[in-house]
Amino acid sequence: MTEKDFGRRDFLKGAVVGGATAATVVRLPQEARAEASPEASKPQAASSSAAPAPAGYMFLNSDEAAFVEALVDHMIPADELTGKGTDIGINIYIDRALAGAWGKGDRLYMQGPWKLGLPSQGYQLPLTPAQLYRAGIEATNAWCRKTYAKSFDQLDETEREAVLVALSTGKLEFEGGLPERVFWNALYQTVMEGMFADPIYGGNRDKAGWKLIGFPGVVAVHRDHVESYRDKPFPSDPLGIADLS
Amino acid sequence: MVTKLKDVDVVIVGMGWTGGILSKELAAAGLKVVALERGEMRTTGEDYSLPNIRDELRYVVRHDLMMDTARDTLTVRNNPSQEALPMRRLGSFLPGDVVGGSGVHWSGHTWRWTDNEFKVRSKYEERYGKNFVPGDMSIQDWGISYDELEPYYERFEYTAAISGKAGNLKGQIQAGGNPFEAQRARDYPLPPLTPILASQMFNEAARNNGYHPFPRPSANASEAYTNPDGAKFGACQYCGYCQRFGCEANAKGSPHVAIIPIALANPNVELRTHSWVTRVLKDSDNKRVTGVTYTNVLNGEEFEQPAAIVILAAYVLNNVHLMLLSGLGQAYDPATQKGLLGKNYCYQTGNSATLFFEGRHFNPFMNAGGSNDVIDDFNADWAFDRGPHGFVGGSIISAGFNTALPIGYRPVPAGTPRWGKAWKAATAKWYQAGMNITSSGTVMANRANFLDLDPTYKNAFGQPLMRMTFDFKDNEHKASAHAATIVNEIAKSMNPTSLTPAKARTDPWNVVPYQSTHNTGGAIMGTNPGNSVLNKYLQSWDYHNLFVVGANAFPHNAAYNPTGPVGALAYWTADAIKNRYVKSPGSLMPA
Repeated sequence: MTEKDFGRRDFLKGAVVGGATAATVVRLPQEARAEASPEASKPQAASSSAAPAPAGYMFLNSDEAAFVEALVDHMIPADELTGKGTDIGINIYIDRALAGAWGKGDRLYMQGPWKLGLPSQGYQLPLTPAQLYRAGIEATNAWCRKTYAKSFDQLDETEREAVLVALSTGKLEFEGGLPERVFWNALYQTVMEGMFADPIYGGNRDKAGWKLIGFPGVVAVHRDHVESYRDKPFPSDPLGIADLS
Repeated sequence: MVTKLKDVDVVIVGMGWTGGILSKELAAAGLKVVALERGEMRTTGEDYSLPNIRDELRYVVRHDLMMDTARDTLTVRNNPSQEALPMRRLGSFLPGDVVGGSGVHWSGHTWRWTDNEFKVRSKYEERYGKNFVPGDMSIQDWGISYDELEPYYERFEYTAAISGKAGNLKGQIQAGGNPFEAQRARDYPLPPLTPILASQMFNEAARNNGYHPFPRPSANASEAYTNPDGAKFGACQYCGYCQRFGCEANAKGSPHVAIIPIALANPNVELRTHSWVTRVLKDSDNKRVTGVTYTNVLNGEEFEQPAAIVILAAYVLNNVHLMLLSGLGQAYDPATQKGLLGKNYCYQTGNSATLFFEGRHFNPFMNAGGSNDVIDDFNADWAFDRGPHGFVGGSIISAGFNTALPIGYRPVPAGTPRWGKAWKAATAKWYQAGMNITSSGTVMANRANFLDLDPTYKNAFGQPLMRMTFDFKDNEHKASAHAATIVNEIAKSMNPTSLTPAKARTDPWNVVPYQSTHNTGGAIMGTNPGNSVLNKYLQSWDYHNLFVVGANAFPHNAAYNPTGPVGALAYWTADAIKNRYVKSPGSLMPA
């Protein structure tokens, strides 16, 4: 039996049978029904993962968009394994993440006093992720202009590589006090999220990231696969949330 | 304006494992119970179902089921000379924030802690002399024994649908189980999970090295199951989305499956969600507690809920925080060694090696939370001589997979570039071919590790945040170095194509990377009111109608995951309350 012929409906049926007693005896308090979790923090599964992401940016301005497009195309270049970063939609993922609840500081403790602290104490900037991104792009572009007389997106491949190596190893210094490593860590993490998060978030278009590694995505059941595919490649055309919605 | 509500027999703060067990048990004994839960109700059918539950970004990266640090968090530092700063987002540990608590998103690893922990000081002093335990290591006996807790472990294992293999059944060593476990009266309710390749390879290598591997006992139902209270479990589907997710198949032993519905079926239990407890109230004579105040977070309204018995059953850290906020005892001061509240906060240590086997297919996306094999030769086995290594405690060592999803898990050999074509090629090549061997080690209590109130930072209710002062000490560094040696010895014996060896841990504790949601201590149990906040029934020595149930009671932290003894102690405390306390309210351990 494969995940193809044991579909979502069958699985849900199985799960409900398993949980029938639990489901019927729960007395759900009225207030819990009235209060869904904030809609903003929930993913919107409006677009199918197969459809192209809508064009245009929600958050990035034109300079920032040029930076992000150049960045993701440099970090994820086109080759026989995948298309380039913008083909995969990583720029769109980053834009939507920054425009959304996470970018605006959801779940981030934002009360002062503000101190830089020690690396072991974690993130301490008085900036939301969107503000950090904006300030970091501006500072990186300022450094590039000073060094190369061009913004990052105007640099050639060798120069872009040199900038990212310097940024990731702490050798590039921002003017104005923004900690370079904090910006780099955010940048790197969001590029990887845009490559490997579910396509409903705008990146990983056509599941390019998942296909690269052979990750099957939203497979309901592997119970029978543990033995049948032990030490064997799992033949999978990955499925995303939108495919099962 | 605080609205005073009608008296109840019992008010329980927090509706996770311990709140669920105590609600169910005490209501069944006829007590009227109100449970206050700050989070919202989430259910398998509505919230943990396909396809939306299969979302690594939402649940793993963005912490959808976890506490919201914008509203309440801690401040952190490594030692008392530093200034603590707020943990502005989650990282190192992930307390839950919905009905079911952290029991919704755990992996289900369930152990029986033994007298190696409960009698830690006596055992080490007896074997190694009084000077072996360092002067700043504030370990102490717990006041309870394995034999007392044994039947309660069994109750929890049968409630939570634990899959595993007994290693010591009534003194008879069982092939395939953990030969070093303390003896048990019954086997686990369910057989072990189907092993995956990585755990099989580790099992074979560990045996070849003379160790005793066995499948990790875990609350992932290997078969469909009905627990003794009638809660129904589906069979685990090895979906690979266990840790940090709610289980779609109701196959994970989680409180919202195993116990809370049973509790709520009893009309004696009323659950109020969105109810944030801000204070425990004390009687004017400072001998009893009288109830709690809480805020309805849907509208900010404040209530007082009077109760004859108050049970704190929130996450470890929140139990201690609430006690500190309520002035229930003297806060611990590391300089003077006075005060007990906040003392003996502990964590866990660990390290891991990554092994690459060219051409193999580990399928890291097919696993249950407990899909791994373990050796206990350097932890539970008291014959393992710590003397030459100079540390107290030990480590368990294991290999397998648990929730290895692609944003977070993409192993590549050391020296691989972090982006570009070479990164991509290496990521594609090694994703299927990597596996880890991991150690998890004890953290012994230290005088300089503690919890108190922060002098500066406040939560959304205007109350001081709790301040965590913690670092790994020399004892943990030595234990970690020893564990790394064993991990690497086993790893090398497996002849991997490439190996990134385990390293002894030496860096300070860092709040950023996820390490373990196994925080312990701060309101500890012990043998007398001079060394502990709680007696062995988790009853406050100072306020006899206050019980504080959870890993806050552990005077130090074991190498094992903590939920086994947390669940067992909840049943143990429930029995003490219903069989003894309600008949004659007062201290169950007269000082």
